[in-house]
Amino acid sequence: MAVNIPDKKTPMKEQLPQERIRNFNEVALGYSEEEAVEEAKRCLQCKVPLCVRGCPVNIDIPGFIRQVRERNFEKAAEVIKSYNNLPAICGRVCPQENQCEAQCVVGKMKNHEPVAIGRLERFVADWEAEHIGLKLPEIPPRRSEKVAVIGAGPGGITCAADLAKLGYKVVMFEAFHKPGGVLIYGIPEFRLPKAIVEREMAYIRALGVEVRTNVIVGKTVSVREILDEFDAVYIGIGAGAPKFMGIPGTNLIGVFSASEILTRVNLMRAYAFPNYDTPVKKGDNVIVVGAGNVAMDAARTALRLGAKSVTVVYRRSEQEMPARLEEYHHALEEGIKFHWLTQPVRYLGDENGRLTAVECIKMQLGEPDESGRRRPIPVEGSNFIIEADMVIEAIGQGPQKILLQDFPELKLNKWGYIEVDPETYATSVPGVYAGGDIVTGAATVIEAMGAGKVAARSIHQYLSSKVASEKS
Amino acid sequence: MFRILRKRRLAEGTHDFWVEAPEVAQHARPGQFLVVRIHEQGERIPLTIADAQDGKVRIVVKAVGKTTYELCSLKEGDELADVVGPLGHPSEIDRFGHVLLVGGGVGIAAIYPIARELKRAGNRVTVILGGRTADQVIMRDEFDFADRVLITTDDGSLGMKGVVTDAMKVVLDSDEVDIAWAIGPTIMMKFCALLARERDLKIWTSLNPIMVDGTGMCGACRVSVNGKIRFACVDGPEFDGRFVDWDELLKRLTIYREEEKKALERYLEKVGEPTWL
Ligand SMILES: Cc1cc2nc3c(=O)[nH]c(=O)nc-3n(C[C@H](O)[C@H](O)[C@H](O)COP(=O)(O)OP(=O)(O)OC[C@H]3O[C@@H](n4cnc5c(N)ncnc54)[C@H](O)[C@@H]3O)c2cc1C
Ligand SMILES: Cc1cc2nc3c(=O)[nH]c(=O)nc-3n(C[C@H](O)[C@H](O)[C@H](O)COP(=O)(O)OP(=O)(O)OC[C@H]3O[C@@H](n4cnc5c(N)ncnc54)[C@H](O)[C@@H]3O)c2cc1C
Ligand code: SF4
Ligand code: SF4
Ligand code: FES
Repeated sequence: MAVNIPDKKTPMKEQLPQERIRNFNEVALGYSEEEAVEEAKRCLQCKVPLCVRGCPVNIDIPGFIRQVRERNFEKAAEVIKSYNNLPAICGRVCPQENQCEAQCVVGKMKNHEPVAIGRLERFVADWEAEHIGLKLPEIPPRRSEKVAVIGAGPGGITCAADLAKLGYKVVMFEAFHKPGGVLIYGIPEFRLPKAIVEREMAYIRALGVEVRTNVIVGKTVSVREILDEFDAVYIGIGAGAPKFMGIPGTNLIGVFSASEILTRVNLMRAYAFPNYDTPVKKGDNVIVVGAGNVAMDAARTALRLGAKSVTVVYRRSEQEMPARLEEYHHALEEGIKFHWLTQPVRYLGDENGRLTAVECIKMQLGEPDESGRRRPIPVEGSNFIIEADMVIEAIGQGPQKILLQDFPELKLNKWGYIEVDPETYATSVPGVYAGGDIVTGAATVIEAMGAGKVAARSIHQYLSSKVASEKS
Repeated sequence: MFRILRKRRLAEGTHDFWVEAPEVAQHARPGQFLVVRIHEQGERIPLTIADAQDGKVRIVVKAVGKTTYELCSLKEGDELADVVGPLGHPSEIDRFGHVLLVGGGVGIAAIYPIARELKRAGNRVTVILGGRTADQVIMRDEFDFADRVLITTDDGSLGMKGVVTDAMKVVLDSDEVDIAWAIGPTIMMKFCALLARERDLKIWTSLNPIMVDGTGMCGACRVSVNGKIRFACVDGPEFDGRFVDWDELLKRLTIYREEEKKALERYLEKVGEPTWL
């Protein structure tokens, strides 16, 4: 076969590492039209496009890439938008190397990188925002049924948008003062500019969705009141409650959860203290525990706040690291150090209760555990001490309990997440649907969106059949 | 937006607000708090709900730093960017018998709705109110429903000269108390709790660690109770003071001391003498 495609992805311009570690601006700068077209030419337009199977919302990837190749950028945007409401976001934050790009045929050729599907998606979305602006679909006549969407994360946003497009009256309830969920309070500006999330929120509002911030369902309004007022409900409250390892010294000054640091910096803009009132601690020697996306974000944030040295410690090895590959590479370029097979066992402090050092133990990998990854086992007697004035734990989050405590009828699984029908996302309570991290545990933006989409369809079916049966 | 409907100065640096927040007011119960953000650049700060009725919530604020200084400078008709709540578990209200409530400084405002509700539930209610000087003993005329009110001041300008634990001893030495509450500065709650532990008395204390979200999503507010890590915003804010690690809490309150100082100095440079306090 005489295919001759460049082996590497068309590179994307980025801020240089030595510059970007001093600011919070976006690291990756996006493709120009020429670069996008060039990259689109690397796609083979497969008859059986495996990439599509790798995308949780099955975007017609060859379809939109063909439009890019032919410079029909507006058309390309239409193709993507019919599957995915938030392409500017997914193009930036999807773990493409495990999803669409993992399946790409080009990537399976010897020494070839897959087609840069994520970068192309981002390009198309940004091009549309810049050249076309807000384009509203035609909305069918208003229906009388009202749907409540609880939690304004990517899942809730998608569900609300799809239902609004079907003509439902949708009210979104968000606990924080700003909608967006993890996109606003978790993922940093340097990876996902907040203006993009705000742009998407403007679109949702333009569709007629009422967004009510500062409402904690279960406190500000009760679950009962929601069930009484609305004909159907989508729960997308995420899994934002931080876990701590709980080792001795956890409450020393200087030990933080990644959620706290990221919320202060992203939601409250503590990096701009004192122009913004919320402070955040700047550590000199920072240890980050964990190696997922949250850990990478925390490490790179600590660096940008002015740390002299940032070290990630992870109890497994590089192979098992769950972070998005691109961000791992960015972290390495920025000078973040990695201690694999290392686990903190104790935090040491001074008489004022301030952290001074972390005692760690070396680990080795044993037999695979239920997740299929090899289980880390401590190596006895291998303890050693790393000096640190700041530790950020990023070892995972669990379900936040406020809504669940106010909703005892809702069936949960053994991990405390909401149990749903995997086909429809219906919960144990009729008319109540749920999706995203509160169902799966910490997962991805695109999976939450996929759930929101399917749930919107299910809610539409549920309400249509209810109306039909009420009429007969 | 959340409009300030009424504002009154209770004492130098302590101001009393009624704020329009219908949903919070409708669901608030004694012992709960809310989180306020004054404006776009503002910090989220937790404040106890001192009362709630007809779509309004009452908060009593003591100016201690940038945000509380600025809050106290606002006037009737001004609006707060965000008010969210009610947060935390409500106080345990039951018919206990004889209840002792101790309020110190701005903590008097936090004690007030709990004491009133306990009285309505049929308890005999003894209240101890403490302040540095007579005018710092705020709201004292509002406790007329209580069966007994004792006042202490550091300088003896009103009531007993001494601190609230001195008055506690007087009550505990002469009367059976079934359960107690103490709310005020952390150091005060610590000493009330130590005394209660000596006397084997259950004492609810409302902890005030530094918070961000107030909904269990950041872990900033963690405290040690009975050797276990708890999040004050969702597991509390009230805990049995006998089991709280007070010294740890006191240390954790100093985390942002330098930043707080800088923020206040910068603010005062901008606005000048805070004559409104
Ligand atoms: C730091 C960080 C980095 C990440 N990086 C990536 C990445 O690069 N790529 C990727 O694909 N995924 C990433 N993820 C995971 C991804 O963000 C989540 O899987 C996704 O956001 C889940 O979406 P969701 O709709 O379930 O809810 P969330 O985004 O969690 O939003 C839930 C919303 O519900 C609100 N809420 C909670 N309780 C209530 C209540 N009782 N009443 C009202 N509102 C409530 C919350 O305030 C929040 O706004 C990251 C996560 C974090 C924390
Ligand atoms: C559940 C709860 C209920 C509260 N209720 C009230 C109330 O009804 N009225 C009232 O005036 N205050 C109350 N507080 C305290 C109030 O939140 C703080 O005074 C406020 O956050 C200080 O902000 P600042 O910017 O003015 O001062 P900062 O400059 O931030 O702090 C000044 C001083 O206050 C201490 N401080 C900082 N944050 C807090 C905090 N969250 N809690 C306690 N001390 C803090 C610091 O250690 C420092 O010494 C409550 C706190 C909690 C956690
Ligand atoms: S949404 Fe994510 S997985 Fe799907 S094509 Fe886009 S980048 Fe790939
Ligand atoms: S698998 Fe790769 S080459 Fe084939 S259509 Fe998808 S992106 Fe193009
Ligand atoms: S304030 Fe964030 S968890 Fe309590």
